[in-house]
Amino acid sequence: MSEIGLTHYLLLGAVLFVCGAVCMATKRNAIGILMGVELVLNGSTINFVAFAHFNETFEMEGQVFALFVIVLAAAEAAVALAIVLNFYNNHASVDVDTAEELKG
Amino acid sequence: MNLTTILFYALAILTGACAVAVVVSQNIVRAAAWLLFALAGTAGTFFLLNADFVGATQLLVYVGGTLVLVVFGVMLTAQGPFIKMRIGAADWAIAAFVGLLLYAVLAVSLLQINVAGAKPGPMSNSENIGQALLGVRETVPQTEITGVPTHDAPRSAVYRTRMSYLLPFEIVSVHLLVVLIGAAYLARAKRRRGGAS
Repeated sequence: MSEIGLTHYLLLGAVLFVCGAVCMATKRNAIGILMGVELVLNGSTINFVAFAHFNETFEMEGQVFALFVIVLAAAEAAVALAIVLNFYNNHASVDVDTAEELKG
Repeated sequence: MNLTTILFYALAILTGACAVAVVVSQNIVRAAAWLLFALAGTAGTFFLLNADFVGATQLLVYVGGTLVLVVFGVMLTAQGPFIKMRIGAADWAIAAFVGLLLYAVLAVSLLQINVAGAKPGPMSNSENIGQALLGVRETVPQTEITGVPTHDAPRSAVYRTRMSYLLPFEIVSVHLLVVLIGAAYLARAKRRRGGAS
């Protein structure tokens, strides 16, 4: 099938989602986990824009929500990096396995 | 094979390969570099989908802003042994198995969606997006409008306000302000507390 349809873009978004999920699960570096979150959000943004392109009913909604996702991801990255830097100041490490002070 | 097909496969291979490289890369600095290419490939995909404004925003905010932030975080925290975080081969096997299983589930469910009626819609520009954010969306009425005085204006100039994104837009604005204050408060300079624990 040479015609590029909605399914191709959704499969690409699924690739990014799975990569992000596996990245969040395997990395022990806190910033690596943050990169996984960024990949997951990018996969969702591809889905939004693809549905906006291929469905006239959602032509504006998909793009507007993609913009919201991008802006909120930037805000999330800023707060997460502030927390990581604070954690690094206190523990001299960004290994998430050392964050065990709240363990019951 | 037209140009769109070739461009899509090039961008998809670039984005997917770089996303996989982010996962398998052990060096956190190299993972950040692969993430840069994955995000740029995503922006190219947006351009291919006729979403110029979203693609430009992706390049500006993600590649220009968020990734610089991540690279600064990497450089500020990557010292000595913490630059590499080794995980065992058994963990890799489990992660690869679970990832492939998850992708198989997603792909099977995606291929079962009936998207036969999906075809590319008209191209929208940033003016439409701005009007949608302001809640002033000009739509030509489909049917005869009753109860609205139309004698002083042509019929095509009657506005029908649809779903407005003014409130989410304002919430995002206030959210960004709160995030700026919170990030500056969290990351402020202070003395290290009593060494590593």
